[in-house]
Parts: sequence; C-alpha cells; structure tokens
Amino acid sequence: MKKAILYINQFFGQIGGEEMADYAPEVREGLVGPALELQKQLGEEYQVTHTIICGDNFMGSRQEEAIKTILSSLEGKDFDIFFAGPAFRAGRYGNACGNICKAVKEKFNVPVITSMNEENPGVEMFRKDMYIFKGGASAASMRKDVAAMARFAKKLMNGEELFSAEEEGYFGRGIRRQVYLDPPVNAADRVIDMLLKKIRGEEFKSELPIPPSDLVPIAPAISPDELSKIKVALVTSGGIVPVGNPDRIQSASATKWGKYDISELDDLVEGEFMTIHAGYDPAAANADPDVVVPLDALRAYEREGKIGGVYKYFYATVGTGTTQAEAARMGREIAAELVADGVKAVILTST
Amino acid sequence: MTREIEKAGITIVQMANLIPVAKTVGSNRMVPTISIPYPLGDPSTPKEVQFKLRYHRVGVALDALTADIKEQTVFKVKI
Repeated sequence: MKKAILYINQFFGQIGGEEMADYAPEVREGLVGPALELQKQLGEEYQVTHTIICGDNFMGSRQEEAIKTILSSLEGKDFDIFFAGPAFRAGRYGNACGNICKAVKEKFNVPVITSMNEENPGVEMFRKDMYIFKGGASAASMRKDVAAMARFAKKLMNGEELFSAEEEGYFGRGIRRQVYLDPPVNAADRVIDMLLKKIRGEEFKSELPIPPSDLVPIAPAISPDELSKIKVALVTSGGIVPVGNPDRIQSASATKWGKYDISELDDLVEGEFMTIHAGYDPAAANADPDVVVPLDALRAYEREGKIGGVYKYFYATVGTGTTQAEAARMGREIAAELVADGVKAVILTST
Repeated sequence: MTREIEKAGITIVQMANLIPVAKTVGSNRMVPTISIPYPLGDPSTPKEVQFKLRYHRVGVALDALTADIKEQTVFKVKI
C-alpha cells in the first residue's frame, strides 16, 4: 500500500469562498473534496491518508508561516507521493500549489505532482521544479485533471518507462534526456531535413526549443526634478469603479476596462467608489477604496511637490480569471491613451 | 498590463502582494503591498496607521520610478 497526501485551498476544502481565504493551514485525516476523486483514480493500491487545506490568501501573504506549519505537521507522517490542486486558472491557488510542492519535495524528497491551466502564472513560476500537468480552465475539468495526475503518479511509482513531457501531458521542465529514435535517423539527416523544410517554408520542429524571453526593456528612470513637474497616473487590476459600475466591467475574466475622472477628488470614499473584483473579499476596499487605489497618498505627494500632479483619470479593470492575452490587450489600449496624453509615469496596483 | 504599459515607453512601478507573480509576468519595478484584499492599509488598524503605511509605500513606488535599474528590482519597504 502506497500513501499519498493532497493539498487543496479553502474553497475546494469546503471551508468557504473569498471570505475564508485567510484560513490557516490545517492537516486533516482522510479525504476532503478533490481527495475523494484522487483516491478513486489512484485505486486500491494507494491510500490518500491526509488532506491539507489552506486559504489562498494565507499562503499568499504569510507564505513562510504557512509552509512551516504544514511541513512540521507532515513530519513523522509516512507518505510516498504528494499532490496539490488541481488549481485550474486560479492564480493564487497555482502559486500556493507550486510553493507547497516545492517545499515538500525539498524537505521530504518525495515526488510532487500538481495541475494548472496554461494561463495560470504558477506554470511559469514552478514548471522547472515539478511535474505540472496541463489542466483545464475551471473546476469543470476536475475529474480529467485529477485522472491525469493519478495516471502519471502510478507510472512513476511503478518505475515504468516515462516519456517526454509533451507525451505524458505535463509542462516541460526544461530537462534534456537522451532518447533513442525508432527507427533511428542520425542527427546529420535530421538537421538537413529540418533545413530543407525551412527552405521550402514548411513547418518543422526544432529539437532544441529556446523559450522566448519575456522581459520588457526597462523604461528609463525619471529624474526627481522631472517627477516634480509631471503627472503620475494610477492604474489598477483591483476592480475599483464608481458605485454602480457604469462601464459594466466583469467581476471575473474581464475583457473591459474603465477610466474615471479624479481631477476634483482628494480621496476615494466609501459610497462613491467600490470594488467589483470577485477574486478577493471586498469589505476593506469598499470601506476605503484608497487601500487599492492610493489617491489620498498620491495627493499628499502632490502637495509636497514630489510629483507634479495626479493624472486626471485612473484606469481600472479586474485581474481575476483574466487571461494573459486579454490583460495584454487591455494594457496596450490603456498605454495608447496614456502615451497620447503625454503621461510618462504610472503606478499600477494589483490585488 | 504592466509589461504592455512599459513596452509603450512609460516608466511604471507595480505595487503587488504576490511579488513572485509580478516577477514572472515581467514587471521590472516592484513594490510589495501587505495583502491581497487590502494592499495598502490594514482595516484592523486605525485610519492614521493605514495612511502612514500607504504614504510610505507609495513614496517607495515614486522613488522606484526615479531609480536607474539594470534588472528586475523589488524595492524595500520599511513599514
């Protein structure tokens, strides 16, 4: 009998939604939520002995404490393999799964497996450190995603032959391994085949893919003197909008952004502005929207002369479940407006 | 979004709680915030304390805009 442990968040742990995202880590004996499905998929030769539940915000904001608590409660427990998620497209959950898997692997030296959607930022953060299976966008693919993790776990534990990341269904870890081709074609022939395809304008597949660098050239520093003369713009993905949400920006998976005139305002106050972001508890942001869009603090710097002023609009959208492609498009649209109006400096707040 | 705005040549600083995520998506200037639901002011503390923290971190962000950096940088905050 092989033993497994699964990590899940407060939502899938049936503790609660956003209002419970600060839930402290808890190691529970037996099966909770997705652990039932994992047990079913792993079959009789495995026992999922414990389910770890932790709030996504707790793991996000108090990561060291969360990991320490979980690792110490795992000490002395006997397990052969560790799972987390699936996290689907949930960014904070992906971050949590990646962090705990990495810590467990380092401390207990057992295989760790998780699952995320390709849009989850956790993929890029952790793919080099662990097996991250290519999962669906939402919990609708729970069964399929759990099955993929379980299938591979059994192969791994049985010592079966493992194939490439692409064939097995996880995100490549950037590890090169020697393989024998069947039928054998030597490298000289392969490279000439590729070259001929390239010349003919046909598709070919490199054996040494180089991931494109995602870094943007660093924009130049603004001198303190110039800063004291120019206006600084505020942009947020925290979903702060005038009460009533006039632009009907979606609370999740947003495709719209809005701009709101703050030229006459010193402060964003309760009852005039609010958050429509469905990915965090709105209580604090509704009570004082400045905690997300710090207009009051920026006005203070304007009065002191550190900045020339605050740009007349702030820009807002919602960054939860929003695909990177949509976020990039909205970013480009907002940037085009700012450039057209001569804005050179931006503070972007994200939640 | 930060990347696209920076690509347009605008100097931008991202204030975020999940700094590793900001780094992964390619922000160059980053200032940490204190949490996800209330990045710049803990509602369990008095208003003045919240403002002090917010004022400090926004100040760090403004200084970040004036910093000549060569690589992705997370700016340090004191409160």
